[in-house]
Amino acid sequence: MTILSVIVLGLIYPFVMTGLAQVMFPHQANGSLVTVNGQVVGSSIVGQLWTKPQYFHGRPSAAGKNGYDPTSTGGTNYGPSSKKLIDSTRATIAALKKENPNATVPIPMDLVTSSGSGIDPDISPQAAYYQAPRVAQARKMDVKAVDDLIARNTKGRTFGFLGEPRVNVLQLNLALDAARP
Amino acid sequence: MTAIGWLQAIIFFLVVLALTKPLGLYMTRVFSGERTWFSPVLVPVERFIYRLSGVNPDEEMPWYGYAFCVLAFSLVSLVYLYVLLRTQKWLPLNPQHFDNMTPDLAWNTAVSFMTNTNWQFYSGESTMSYLSQMAGLAWHNFVSAAAGIAVALAVIRGVIRTSGKTLGNFWVDLTRASLYILLPASIAVGLFLVSQGVPQNFAAYQTIHTLEGTAQTITGGPIGSQEIIKELGTNGGGFVNANSASPNENPSPLTNFIEMLLILVIGAALTYVYGRMAKNTKQGWALFSAMSILFFVGFTVVYAAEAAGNPLVHQLGVAGANLEGKETRFGAAASALFATVTTDTSCGAVNAAHDSFMALGGLVPIVNMQLGEIVFGGVGSGLYGMIIFVVLTVFIAGLMVGRTPELLGKKIERREVQFAILAALVTPILVLVPTAVAAVTPAGLATLNNAGPHGFSEILYAFTSTNANNGSAFAGLSPNLFYNIATGLNMLFGRFLIIVPALALAGTLAGKKAVAEGAGTFTTYSPVFVALLIGVIVIVGALTFLPADALGPVVEHLLVNQGKTF
Repeated sequence: MTILSVIVLGLIYPFVMTGLAQVMFPHQANGSLVTVNGQVVGSSIVGQLWTKPQYFHGRPSAAGKNGYDPTSTGGTNYGPSSKKLIDSTRATIAALKKENPNATVPIPMDLVTSSGSGIDPDISPQAAYYQAPRVAQARKMDVKAVDDLIARNTKGRTFGFLGEPRVNVLQLNLALDAARP
Repeated sequence: MTAIGWLQAIIFFLVVLALTKPLGLYMTRVFSGERTWFSPVLVPVERFIYRLSGVNPDEEMPWYGYAFCVLAFSLVSLVYLYVLLRTQKWLPLNPQHFDNMTPDLAWNTAVSFMTNTNWQFYSGESTMSYLSQMAGLAWHNFVSAAAGIAVALAVIRGVIRTSGKTLGNFWVDLTRASLYILLPASIAVGLFLVSQGVPQNFAAYQTIHTLEGTAQTITGGPIGSQEIIKELGTNGGGFVNANSASPNENPSPLTNFIEMLLILVIGAALTYVYGRMAKNTKQGWALFSAMSILFFVGFTVVYAAEAAGNPLVHQLGVAGANLEGKETRFGAAASALFATVTTDTSCGAVNAAHDSFMALGGLVPIVNMQLGEIVFGGVGSGLYGMIIFVVLTVFIAGLMVGRTPELLGKKIERREVQFAILAALVTPILVLVPTAVAAVTPAGLATLNNAGPHGFSEILYAFTSTNANNGSAFAGLSPNLFYNIATGLNMLFGRFLIIVPALALAGTLAGKKAVAEGAGTFTTYSPVFVALLIGVIVIVGALTFLPADALGPVVEHLLVNQGKTF
């Protein structure tokens, strides 16, 4: 019984599923990769580390040494009373204020907290608007034009009630590059 | 809290409610051996499996025979997974060339999956070959869930049968649960998950360069086929360390909604199966109502705590809900709902870091597991756990009014109560004793991620979760030899010290004559009974743990509000 079930459920089933998935949804099955001029620049579902001022940045990440390492996913696992949590949050806030001196909206919560996966591909719309003046200045763009890009790349709640509104950072940065390389 | 957050929870509940009857009807047909949709394809497969493995499908087993088969099958599957994990280096489908697992971690992982716990001390993306994932972990996801459903079926039969002493055939129940319920749903919904972005491939990880020129490794694997059964079988062991928080397992709010549904739906449907088989669907709906009330109480507390946010962070000048350890696409509401669902059942998948929940937000998952995960519950284990509480409730109610307690017309006597009490005592002993031991030994304290009361909560959560076969974690606690062995033993005892008394209880009930319902009968489907049942669950289940829960989450809650950190 054990051997038979391993063959049916452990081998045939995943092989059939992979075959069907590769035929029906090859793009998603292979990791939703995004290409620019034939070069793979990332996956639309996996967040990346962004540091340059002309790009929008994602959230703090606890995945791997530098963050955003898909081979080492996870959060900080700091509890609400953790001194390390409060200290690192304070440092993150200070760094954000230094990088974004001209921000016009308050710092949103998602920009100072690490995600559960460490590879969160999204930020809240407010987190994008917060960074817009910095990005606009680095690219010598109008803040209004950057805000428009954010609005166009904002995804609402699914069916109006599932999840939260969000902006995919890679998608937004690609749109930026397309608007003003 | 927002109206939209609540709307999400309410619509979710309504969908579960709507699915309970149709799925329950279908499952009743499957386990009564009646024809279903899939029969033309699956009956020949089923017969072939019985012939090849020498099972006589018409042979019925007494409770001890049934229990023996459960134990024997579990032992074989435990050894199989252990060997697979210890030899994966030499086996195919290992493009990352991961090494064999260490003995203590392999033991912990093998027990974890065999008992349907899926406690994650391993990190899938950096330790598991694709073969270990699909033929080891995902396979266990199917069969440990099917074994749970089988036991629930046997217990139901014991409660309703009035002649004979048998409870059904374990091999038939196991095969039917896998083939007719878990497999078709996995194929259909698994492909849907892939269409939403969950990867499904055998490719090696690839390195890409971002627009900024930074290198990043993109992982892959047969994730979709494993993700679906991880939820449907209330297993919860992630393909990757971050589990359903990872966009590779759970890429969108829609997949999140579907995954939560998968976790709850079989447990909910089993209440209908129970009512249907007892020839009184009100019996099933009474259990469903009690479960629903506990579900909403739990969700309300978690959601309120998470939406209110962390006052210590607010003091730094940033307002909003607690998003530490949560994904942007889910936010506070969907994370609170997932945490409630995954601990109401024995699933233990997580879409956010429970360790970083607010103190009271993290308290609810702990309490849910301490109650025995009977709120819809794990596939099978929820229902047989709930039936144990039902037996206790009719007994206590009978004592209160001085009447012989009855369940479905059968007298509840000394032996039944003894078995029920035995099962009810297992949880507190196996949670509190090891927690106390870990809290005073260097090995138990060595790998905590947090100090102060939250560190204690990490230990309490670990033993609560492994004993309840949940598998979610305050994941800051890292594995060491002590925890690998102790939590491994805890999972074993937690599963089988409930299963065996539950089957024994069913066995003694199976032979009893049922007397017709009369004017003096205390009905087990009235609102009064539902209220009593909830009372017994809370008193028996929760009060034992109150001191421990107070030392961890409650103390932390009070201290955070006073601005204290550790």
